Amino acid sequence: MTTQVEIPMRTRLAMFVRLLAIQGAWNYETLLGNGVGFCVEPALRLLPGGQNGPAYRAALARQSQYFNAHPYMAAVAVGALARAELEGESPAKIERFRTALCGPLGSVGDRLVWATWLPACSIAALAAFGFGVGTGGVMLVFLGIYNAGHLALRAWGLSAGLDHGMRVASALGGPVLRRGPTHIAQAAALIGGVALPLALDQVIGPGRALFGIVLGGVALGGLVLARLHGRAEGWKIAVVLLVLFVLYSVAR
Amino acid sequence: MSDFAQLLPLAMLGAVLGLDVVSFPQAMISRPLIAATAAATLLGDPGRGLLVGATLEMFALETLPFGASRYPEWGSAAVVGGSLFAIHGDASPGGLTVAVLAGLMCAWIGGWSMVQLRKLNAALARRRHEAVASGSKRVVEGLQVFGLTADLLRGGALTAITLVAFTPVHRYILGAWGSDARVSRAVVVGIAASVAGAAVWKAVHSAPGARWLLLVGIAVGLALLALR
Repeated sequence: MTTQVEIPMRTRLAMFVRLLAIQGAWNYETLLGNGVGFCVEPALRLLPGGQNGPAYRAALARQSQYFNAHPYMAAVAVGALARAELEGESPAKIERFRTALCGPLGSVGDRLVWATWLPACSIAALAAFGFGVGTGGVMLVFLGIYNAGHLALRAWGLSAGLDHGMRVASALGGPVLRRGPTHIAQAAALIGGVALPLALDQVIGPGRALFGIVLGGVALGGLVLARLHGRAEGWKIAVVLLVLFVLYSVAR
Repeated sequence: MSDFAQLLPLAMLGAVLGLDVVSFPQAMISRPLIAATAAATLLGDPGRGLLVGATLEMFALETLPFGASRYPEWGSAAVVGGSLFAIHGDASPGGLTVAVLAGLMCAWIGGWSMVQLRKLNAALARRRHEAVASGSKRVVEGLQVFGLTADLLRGGALTAITLVAFTPVHRYILGAWGSDARVSRAVVVGIAASVAGAAVWKAVHSAPGARWLLLVGIAVGLALLALR
């Protein structure tokens, strides 16, 4: 037996703001668990008995256990779990649903945000820098584009979760989540290709006299690092190379 | 960096940007392009910050904040790199190289400090497990506030300590620098662009047609350079 509960806008806003801090207590044991409880809490106050009633305490305890997902996509889980609690679903069913959400919300978010959206925005900002856009413009390009997607995804996730409750899986099959990463990666490839030589030219300054040699070195170095994918991290190799170069420059 | 009046705002900026990396609000104001520029702006030279930020951003392209993986903490690191280059940029041809290296080393230490903080959060959560399991609002919110506050302090302390520690080393290295300006800049930019090139390849190579789009993009980029 479930009941339809209206969730006031004030509660939705409180949940959205808390979502921005969902990873505040992130740790290697419960991961996002405490954060999910923290974000769902404003909605749980609407349970029969109100804040600190038995239903509220049982639901908050349930929602603060281990949970793992992408932090932005966790908005879907927070909304859906809040709806499930308010509709009076059985604890066993909610716990099964909660466990089932972890995998898809982790993989979809990682693929969409960390693997494509963030690098694409970073590349777009490097392209702006390469084209000679000023400091304010470069910052605006990066923060504007990135956060338009970031905030929209969190807001959509919360809304989809609250609207669909335990039937939220259908929302995860939307075209943006399924095909978005491919299209973003294709755009990032094109922009990245344009951006890298232009950004390199902006930073190189007095080294421009050696531009041809540097380009050859970059092509070779990039190829080697791409081949080492998964076996070594380029930035750590870079630290070693730069330390050696600094020592050489000081000693000579 | 012995001037407290200069150090304090930079440490506060490092604290806020360190917090952004994971805890709040993950709006990516901690990315090197933004963080280094913001730090250098505090010191009156945003242009130099952008230069260090763009170089560090090329490294950061490779390290993405996937869940429980260990990754460098770029927020505080970029504040350190941007500040050092804004203060000592003209002192030697090696200014950018050493500022970028300081940023990378700080990012490494910052990544380690985030792991320690997560362990501390876990220890506290373990101690409060019974209260959480009884549905205590005060404890659930308390754990969250503790984690956020500790992360803020971590970022601020990391920025202040690394700035104080690196400044004399940085000054000494720049004073003893023997490589010429062309080679100094070419080495750091070449290494950064190699890492960025490989990172872009890794990020896009599995998408249909992306390899060709990348090659077309590089050709367009080089053609635009030739026309400059």
